[in-house]
Amino acid sequence: MSDGRPWEAVGLTQEEYRAICAELDREPNHLELGLYGLMWSEHCSYKSSRRHLDRLPTEGPQVLQGPGENAGVVDIGEDMAVAFRIESHNHPSAIEPVQGAATGIGGILRDIFAMGARPIALLDSLRFGDPADARVRYLFEGVVAGISAYGNCVGVPTVGGEIVFDDAYRDNPLVNVMCVGLVERARLVRGTAAGTGNVVLLVGAPTGRDGIHGASLLASREFDENPGDMRPAVQVGDPFREKLLIEACLEAVQSDDVIGVNDLGAAGLTSACSETAARAGSGMQIDVGRVPRREPGMNPYEVMLSESQERMLVIVRPEGVARVQSIFRRWDLAAVEIGKVTGDRCLRVFEEGREVAAVPVQSLTDGAPTYDRPWKSPEVETSRWEPGIAQGPDPGDALTEMIGHPAFASRRPVFEQYDHMVGINTVLAPGAADAAVMRVKGTDKGIACVADGDGYLCALDPRRGAERSVAESYRNLSSVGARPLAITNCLNFGNPEIEEIMGSFVEVIEGMRTACLALDTPVTGGNVSFYNETRGRQVHPTPVIGMIGLLDDVERHACSGFLRAGERLFILGRGGENLGASQYLRLVHGISAGPVPAVDYPLERSVGLACRRAIAEGIVRTAHDVSHGGLGVALAECALTSPCGLGAAVDLSGCDDPEVAFFAEDGSRILVAVSPEFAPRLREIAAESRCPLKEIGRVGGDHLEIALEGSRVLRSSVQELRNAWERGLE
Amino acid sequence: MQFGVVRFYGSNCDWDCAHVIGRVAGAPVRFVRHDEDDLADIDCVVLPGGFSYGDYLRAGAMAAHTPVMEAVRTFASAGRPVLGICNGFQVLCEAGLLPGALMVNGGLRFVCHPTHVRVEDNETPFTMPMEPGSVLALPVAHHQGNYQPPPGRFDARVVLRYCDPTGSISAEANPNGSWDNVAGIANLRGNVLGLMPHPERAAESILGSRDGLGLFESVRSWWEGGTAYV
Repeated sequence: MSDGRPWEAVGLTQEEYRAICAELDREPNHLELGLYGLMWSEHCSYKSSRRHLDRLPTEGPQVLQGPGENAGVVDIGEDMAVAFRIESHNHPSAIEPVQGAATGIGGILRDIFAMGARPIALLDSLRFGDPADARVRYLFEGVVAGISAYGNCVGVPTVGGEIVFDDAYRDNPLVNVMCVGLVERARLVRGTAAGTGNVVLLVGAPTGRDGIHGASLLASREFDENPGDMRPAVQVGDPFREKLLIEACLEAVQSDDVIGVNDLGAAGLTSACSETAARAGSGMQIDVGRVPRREPGMNPYEVMLSESQERMLVIVRPEGVARVQSIFRRWDLAAVEIGKVTGDRCLRVFEEGREVAAVPVQSLTDGAPTYDRPWKSPEVETSRWEPGIAQGPDPGDALTEMIGHPAFASRRPVFEQYDHMVGINTVLAPGAADAAVMRVKGTDKGIACVADGDGYLCALDPRRGAERSVAESYRNLSSVGARPLAITNCLNFGNPEIEEIMGSFVEVIEGMRTACLALDTPVTGGNVSFYNETRGRQVHPTPVIGMIGLLDDVERHACSGFLRAGERLFILGRGGENLGASQYLRLVHGISAGPVPAVDYPLERSVGLACRRAIAEGIVRTAHDVSHGGLGVALAECALTSPCGLGAAVDLSGCDDPEVAFFAEDGSRILVAVSPEFAPRLREIAAESRCPLKEIGRVGGDHLEIALEGSRVLRSSVQELRNAWERGLE
Repeated sequence: MQFGVVRFYGSNCDWDCAHVIGRVAGAPVRFVRHDEDDLADIDCVVLPGGFSYGDYLRAGAMAAHTPVMEAVRTFASAGRPVLGICNGFQVLCEAGLLPGALMVNGGLRFVCHPTHVRVEDNETPFTMPMEPGSVLALPVAHHQGNYQPPPGRFDARVVLRYCDPTGSISAEANPNGSWDNVAGIANLRGNVLGLMPHPERAAESILGSRDGLGLFESVRSWWEGGTAYV
């Protein structure tokens, strides 16, 4: 090596270079060092996070596949299973928003159909700075355009997610995409290269020079002043080819010729080969000379490190090669034999018959270093907000202001750009309910999914913020009538080499662990994205929870809008006692303070159980959880999503402070509406579920009226609220 | 009677159409590959929605030049029914089986939402049981649905127009800026219908509307009624 510090070019440290030399018992050559640089990058190896992630609960009778595969899988009965995963594409989207977001969709889709599952839904959890800022607007609109262009073309509906605006994400937007797929249990495929002599096929797009060092240099470092310089590290997606790849792979895995399938994502061929071999405890020998190229003159280093999109690795029995190739040919795709599975646990790379790299497979994957980075718990916000600090504005004005704020405004301008219906499974369209609901054709079942996080709460108190994020996802699923099954998570943080950032990561993991254990929602996988910082500005610690739930009878579901005048309104649960960490304090008073409310798990479970039972019995068809913005915003949202524009009249007793009564977010509450004849049954269900129940009013009219102890404090017309709500994102 | 759902590379409403025809309407259906040239066993061709060939070049432009479209041309000229939905409508225009073109939406963005359309013409195999003036709730999902007729005489029939839920035609009810609120047109014979809304997405009550099922059922009763080809 001519360079005296060869490790720097691939983003490794001197100690890590020494470890490689010790492993190989010699110095690595240029290509081998490149392989280690990729596989030992933070993005691929989880070296800073792995020991903490091990704390998360991952098991349960519903889990068919936990972390470590292309996607997690849960059982939904009747021999069917759901594969799901969430992943970040933050750094590419910050540099080139359209392609960054588009290729994020492409990557997560491949993770799902690599398991043999047909993708049936996409969700996006997006975070940007203030949308009034021109550059933020460019990023926001670009990301939405990228999701729209790619998702619509591949024919997988985008059914939900969230969009958050917060200055903490101004330079470093978060683009987390989740995909949900359906698979027959017997047809589940794993990303495994088992069986010496089996053939390695590379299928899909030819390999180009795009995305080299995407994982090691782009995703595993902070940004400097000129992110534009890194634009060549972002790949360009081709959704048309991805669509062909989906159909061809799903057809191929129907045959017994296929042993394993793996996505070529971050770290391209290097990662796909070493991970499939590592999972099987085997080795692999590949010839880069056989890899179809998009451009001439590529050397082995470039071929092994390329992150060109729309490629998959398929491991096939030798006798089935011709059959599998003919399936791909029918879909106009190349399926080229590039190597074979070996028994020597070594990844050997050949070019024109000459061995150009040979490294032990396990040393690339499980052998990556792990770090117990120094960390200290960040200070937790505990200051009490005293009533009287600020004289609150008129509650009606405050509600209109909040509902028209980008934080709460209608997401319709965005969702309308996504095809959310293709596949004809979407029972609840985006914005209609607290979670998306998909039917499962051929059964009575439905799958509900959410992708939600709360970086603001986690910035104030990472542990409690994480607990509340999981609890809210749980509540969202219960609000549509689905029993929560499991989660996938996307953990977005700043620079883990800063002790407080690492500390917030550790606290978030602890919070998630507590919540997942208490709510019986194990973690089946996910993704960690560190180094979300630009010029020293760190994003909020932002765990995004993707949760999956099951409805036994999809016809029995609830949406958030009021459906019929005269229905009685109840609150399942308890809460609404203090304004700490509320959106109201933040948006209306400009105060980012207050303790993040703790989660009362027995209460959370009772509320969820009662709500699900009431929906399953068919007596509740309107349900909406009380979270951001408190009861005031929740009621307004029920009116705004009512298909007939219905309002409500509500009387809140037991609280004399309108600000707290309307806008507090603590506790665990779901607002439900029932026909008067079913009210007694709702009381029985609540009692049997040990869930507090309180009647607060009636659905009807075209105004939202709220009284405290009999005297009216707020009266807003639904139409006026709608005007503010629908213009908020313009 | 058998339906044939054509699968171009990049079609993505193929399964949806087959589901609605086969499982909901209960009619025989098979997929037809883009390179097939024999439609002897098919009695109604459906060109489904999607992004055939990625919509690269121009939506529908490449699909219009596939071998199956030559067969569809012969099929249509014999008076047999052809239904083009969304991308299928774009393919029919590109293939010259229907006049005019589908331009980029007036708002320049993809739009996906429920719409209402008014039946203007029930003298096609697809709209026979529908009263003229009746309103169907059908969703749209497209980027290029802005129908514009060719210059000069309009040699086709306007079958469906965007309207509000009560049936009145207005600019607000038009999702894409198409000429005269046109949502669907047929050739003069009436056997080739192209429409931008997705009837297959509105064929089951669990999805919010069953109004779209009527188009598939209409063509089947037309066929079973032994009606001579138009």
